[in-house]
Amino acid sequence: MNRISETRFQATDSIAPEVLCCQNIGYESSKTARPDGQRSSNMNGSYKVPLSDRLRKTSKVAANMDEELVAVSRADKRAFKAIFEHFSPRLKSFMLRQGAEMPLAEEIVQETMVKVWRKADQFNPSKASASTWIFTIARNVRIDLLRKINRPEPDMNDPAFVDEPQAHPADILSAEQQAARLRNVIAELPEDQQNVLRLAFFEDKAHPEVASELGIPLGTVKSRVRLAVKRIRKELGDIV
Amino acid sequence: MTIQHHPSDELLLDYASGSLNEVWSLGIATHLALCPTCRQTLARLECIGGALIETLPTSQVSDSLFDRVMGRIDMVGGNTSDGLETSSVETWHADPEQCHTDITLPNPVRKYVGGDIDILEWEKLGFGAHQLRIPIDETQATARLLRIPAGRPVPEHSHNGAELTLVLRGAFFDSTGTYRRGDLQEADENLEHQPRAEASEDCICLVITDAPLRFKSVAARLVQPLLGI
Repeated sequence: MNRISETRFQATDSIAPEVLCCQNIGYESSKTARPDGQRSSNMNGSYKVPLSDRLRKTSKVAANMDEELVAVSRADKRAFKAIFEHFSPRLKSFMLRQGAEMPLAEEIVQETMVKVWRKADQFNPSKASASTWIFTIARNVRIDLLRKINRPEPDMNDPAFVDEPQAHPADILSAEQQAARLRNVIAELPEDQQNVLRLAFFEDKAHPEVASELGIPLGTVKSRVRLAVKRIRKELGDIV
Repeated sequence: MTIQHHPSDELLLDYASGSLNEVWSLGIATHLALCPTCRQTLARLECIGGALIETLPTSQVSDSLFDRVMGRIDMVGGNTSDGLETSSVETWHADPEQCHTDITLPNPVRKYVGGDIDILEWEKLGFGAHQLRIPIDETQATARLLRIPAGRPVPEHSHNGAELTLVLRGAFFDSTGTYRRGDLQEADENLEHQPRAEASEDCICLVITDAPLRFKSVAARLVQPLLGI
């Protein structure tokens, strides 16, 4: 299936053992105790700690990162270090999961962080949270360096670009409020819908490949995606 | 006019996560340029990506990584957007005098074909239709612009694979409805249709195909290999 990228994870000696372990059993190493001391034993790519719990725990840090990223736009190197320390280890996990071997995974993290610094003046906390903004940069760097293809994107300065006719009611919420609400919505989704989203973002799988990975019909994947997106739109007050 | 036909959520999800290939991404990006509604959905999906990244376990990065990043930063100086972002595809700038309604091809497509429709060298396709292949290196999927003469049908066909058709000028209609500028039809191998351009003007579409179209009439099937579609 040509629409799907072909990058796959391959274990190599250069990858830290805890990362290999993550790949093998799913979301988190069974050998690495969580800070709160919880352990888990589940297998086959399911979460050690339910995704829902993880999502609910992130909100405070996330809001803080928005402020730090705004400071980076004023060339604040201390704030940049805080951003780096928070996101680099997560981005590295993200890239390893998506099939980048070392040292390419770190090269992608490095390139992403350089772009975060250079483009910080384009970050608008009323439009996106820091984690979303950095995710889009990392995604594009990965497409560029790992898959070596272009990513066509709409251009806001294009005279043919059709602008939003009016603000959506959802825009009344700040980006961080929206992000917080969205985390709650994802946390409350049924596990099968969460899994489809997780595979799409973490395993670099287009939806036909998600279907074969889970061994379920394509139509089932489509309906799970649609149910999840419908729920998100409803909770965030989108006009649809 | 409001867009009536949008890409499916799962296709937008593939674009948001970055797993969609370049040819299909071109179709989605071109629709997004014309559709604020889908840009909002895309923003929601990207927000899922941001939220999920926050839930990932950490992998230790090399001790030297921060210094390497700072080295790159100090080399280029400050952190204003500095035009260092270059794409391997040249940006084509519209004439500022030109009213935006005069531009048929939104920027994602213009970048690939080097300008708007007035500079295109169409290739005759038979049935009075014309096409222009968009050069993207993919093994199976193809992107092309298709020009259907006003009031004329595209031969009835079904699909071997998936197909996206995005209207950029004029309109076409088939058994599933009428498609105008910005409307996108997502077809799979089950759809058998006979699209026909509306009588008022030629219809120009961006067509993305995963596999060659399968025309129904024997005559059309005979010429299909020659047409390369």
